[in-house]
Amino acid sequence: MTDLTINGSRRSVDVPDETPLLWVLRDVLGMTGTKFGCGIAQCGACTVHLDGVAVRSCQLAVGDVGTQAITTIEGVGATPEGAKVQKAWLDLEVIQCGYCQPGQIMSAAALLAANPAPNDAAIDAAMAGNLCRCGTYVRIREGIKHAARS
Amino acid sequence: MLRDLEDNHGPALSRRALLRGGAAVLGGLMIGIELPVRRARADEPASTGAPLNAFVHVPPEGRVELIMPSVEMGQGAYTSQAMCLAEELDIGLDQIIAIHAPPDQPKYGNPLFVVQATGGSTTTMAWTEPLRKAGATARAMLVAAAAAEWGVDPATLTTEKGMVSDPGSGRTLAYGALADRAATVPPAAEVTLKDPAQFRLIGTPAHRIDTPDKAVGKTVYGIDVIRPGMKFAALMASPVIGGTVARVDDAPALAQPGVRQVVVLDDLVAVVADNTWAAQQGLAALVVDWTAGPHAGLDQAQLWADIEKASQGPGVVAQKEGEALAALNGGTLFEASYELPFLAHTPMEPLNCTVHVHDGQCEIWVGTQVPGFCQMGAAKALGIDPSKVSVNNHIIGGGFGRRLEADYAKIAARIAAKVDGPVKVTWSREEDIKQDILRPLYHDRLKARVENGKVTAWHHRVTGASILARWLPPAFKNGIDGDAVDGAVDSPYGFDSVLVEYIRHESPVPVGFWRGVGPNSSVFSAESFLDLIAKQTGVDPVDFRRGMLDKTPRALAVLNAAAAKARWGTPAPASPSGARVGRGVALMHAFGSFLACVADVAIADSGDVRVTRVVIAADVGRVINPDIVVAQIQGGATFGITTVLHDAITIEGGSIQQSNFHDYRLIRIDEMPAIEVEIIGSTEKPGGIGEPGTVIVQPAVANAIFAATGVQLTRMPVDPARIAKAV
Repeated sequence: MTDLTINGSRRSVDVPDETPLLWVLRDVLGMTGTKFGCGIAQCGACTVHLDGVAVRSCQLAVGDVGTQAITTIEGVGATPEGAKVQKAWLDLEVIQCGYCQPGQIMSAAALLAANPAPNDAAIDAAMAGNLCRCGTYVRIREGIKHAARS
Repeated sequence: MLRDLEDNHGPALSRRALLRGGAAVLGGLMIGIELPVRRARADEPASTGAPLNAFVHVPPEGRVELIMPSVEMGQGAYTSQAMCLAEELDIGLDQIIAIHAPPDQPKYGNPLFVVQATGGSTTTMAWTEPLRKAGATARAMLVAAAAAEWGVDPATLTTEKGMVSDPGSGRTLAYGALADRAATVPPAAEVTLKDPAQFRLIGTPAHRIDTPDKAVGKTVYGIDVIRPGMKFAALMASPVIGGTVARVDDAPALAQPGVRQVVVLDDLVAVVADNTWAAQQGLAALVVDWTAGPHAGLDQAQLWADIEKASQGPGVVAQKEGEALAALNGGTLFEASYELPFLAHTPMEPLNCTVHVHDGQCEIWVGTQVPGFCQMGAAKALGIDPSKVSVNNHIIGGGFGRRLEADYAKIAARIAAKVDGPVKVTWSREEDIKQDILRPLYHDRLKARVENGKVTAWHHRVTGASILARWLPPAFKNGIDGDAVDGAVDSPYGFDSVLVEYIRHESPVPVGFWRGVGPNSSVFSAESFLDLIAKQTGVDPVDFRRGMLDKTPRALAVLNAAAAKARWGTPAPASPSGARVGRGVALMHAFGSFLACVADVAIADSGDVRVTRVVIAADVGRVINPDIVVAQIQGGATFGITTVLHDAITIEGGSIQQSNFHDYRLIRIDEMPAIEVEIIGSTEKPGGIGEPGTVIVQPAVANAIFAATGVQLTRMPVDPARIAKAV
């Protein structure tokens, strides 16, 4: 059994250690807010936080999580940056199909936690790993700035 | 707020039963409207519900339930459709629940397509009036019920925010309290719709109804469905188009932890496991030999050569005004060809479908643009009656035309037929791309005669596969695919003589609709060609276009607005990197909308192109929600920039060569320009806006590259090596 702390709750799962955290969240624990997009860390849809740092859960073996705290889209609203980003995303209507947005929001919240007033270059660096096919990038940029101001 | 009916009323009460039973089952008011008689399609499911088209359910308590004929895939359709209903019903968007329509073509068939499908930027064009009528009819019944209750003239009553009020006495009643009585009022044959001056919702940037759940990870997409006892499957279909399974050794797969079963079908294999990861590991371990089949020799160079050869023959006439061919025998003539590649859709939600086959029934959970096709396709695949197939639709994580097909439902049903219990089939991104139903190849060939700075004769020949001939056979008439030539016919320009021809050219590569559809290729080609003529005759590209727009003032207005906003006539700003810069323009009329775009590019010595600014002016007729229109234009333009800069699917050895986002690139935020949008106010009929942004930005960027380098983009996408050589 592997013990995990997810959004402040303790969970135990019985899967091989090499199972990616993404599939533990989605298929074993039924926490489907975290999305599968590519499986090779190219799209960022699976982004979660490990001790507040954005990571791609499709490439993170559950056995490597250890005691680090996992935060997902279902729990990030309890952090100040997560709440600000979620509000900004709704204020500015950033979201279209929304499938990539859990990953976008997790990356943006981690960015703001590390850098409360990011410039365009910092936004590019933090967000370039998150793809959006609907084309919401213009509003993601505005949304991060809006959240930073709030 | 969104809700799945089944979650609220339990599996025993299906949506169809609710719709049919309406008031009798749940209490409350079901309202239907009559739509014009529409043509039937042989392979669409027969009507299984009541003969009325039902959109509004007013329960005794709580929110009003609005049934959404068009699906929500990011384009804002649930919000705009709800706004049309709520406007006439006089309720707030915070007083409603949006419900996915079940497959039921007579009730929910798109008035423009006949079939029940969401696509082609048609939702606003097709549904605005029917939904407003449905809202207005329901409101009239509620008012009549209140008038009867109070013994007053209904004309003296007012409605607001879900309440009927009697200004004379100060009495009020909530819609829910009136619902049962209203359900007994015969609906009026004719209702008066609101004067637009009275609109409270339509025309406002109301907040979307689908996004609050999406922001917190609560939205259930098809891929998120969980059924009791469900297993998880990964699949691989023949990597060669038309190939089949020759031999399978399933022992290594079955030895993987968590793997339960290997399913082998004629053309694909699937591994069923306790979770998707275990299924993917089992699939990787599975030993499969394939028989390549008849298309193993297909390669891209030959496909390009074949379509070029086909494009030389005469085509079927799609539009003829005057004698263009005769006029193209003399004078100053211009000629060019443009080639557009296969493209994959890659919605961020990979293909998936959950199916439970049991007791002669098939239950499907999926996000689809065509619930009826999924029902029919699964029924056919399983050899059962469509009435035995239920489709539970979901919010879609990106459609872009991919989910206008039903292949995933048929495949998942065939796999599920071999599995005990429900199974969720999830395509890997690699399978999602390699088994895509691609945007077709197109070859557009153009000729023009120019006299006194104007095009006097215009010949546009479109060569490409016909999607409509397969997808909606009755729409393929007289050898013309109306989608393939859309944007080529009915050009906004006043050419003296026009000939538009279509040559249907099929290959074994499966092709389907793709965001922007037909106008992607025809507008790209026509607008690129106009810039070629402008350059060769020494005329400014905007002035050249302006001179041919006497009869289309809406086109002229968007062109002028985009040119003014972009400060056309001033040079594109120098790039900090010292790169070459250029500015290009394009204009279009399709989907009932007019758009003009000005794009700036910067080009490095390496030939890499960066789009630095995009300005778009749009006249989409009467706007339901201006913020959603802007978002669709921004998103569509982003989709189009990816297309022009990065993307092509290529075929070698009968297989799609690309596999994931490392070799099928989507534009990333660090490559994004600013996109400025100006909406021209209009009271014309509403046009569509999901596709046009994608269409218009591609020729504008190509023309900016042409302005900067003198290189025309005659085969998409940008080839940095070719540009580097030229600069």
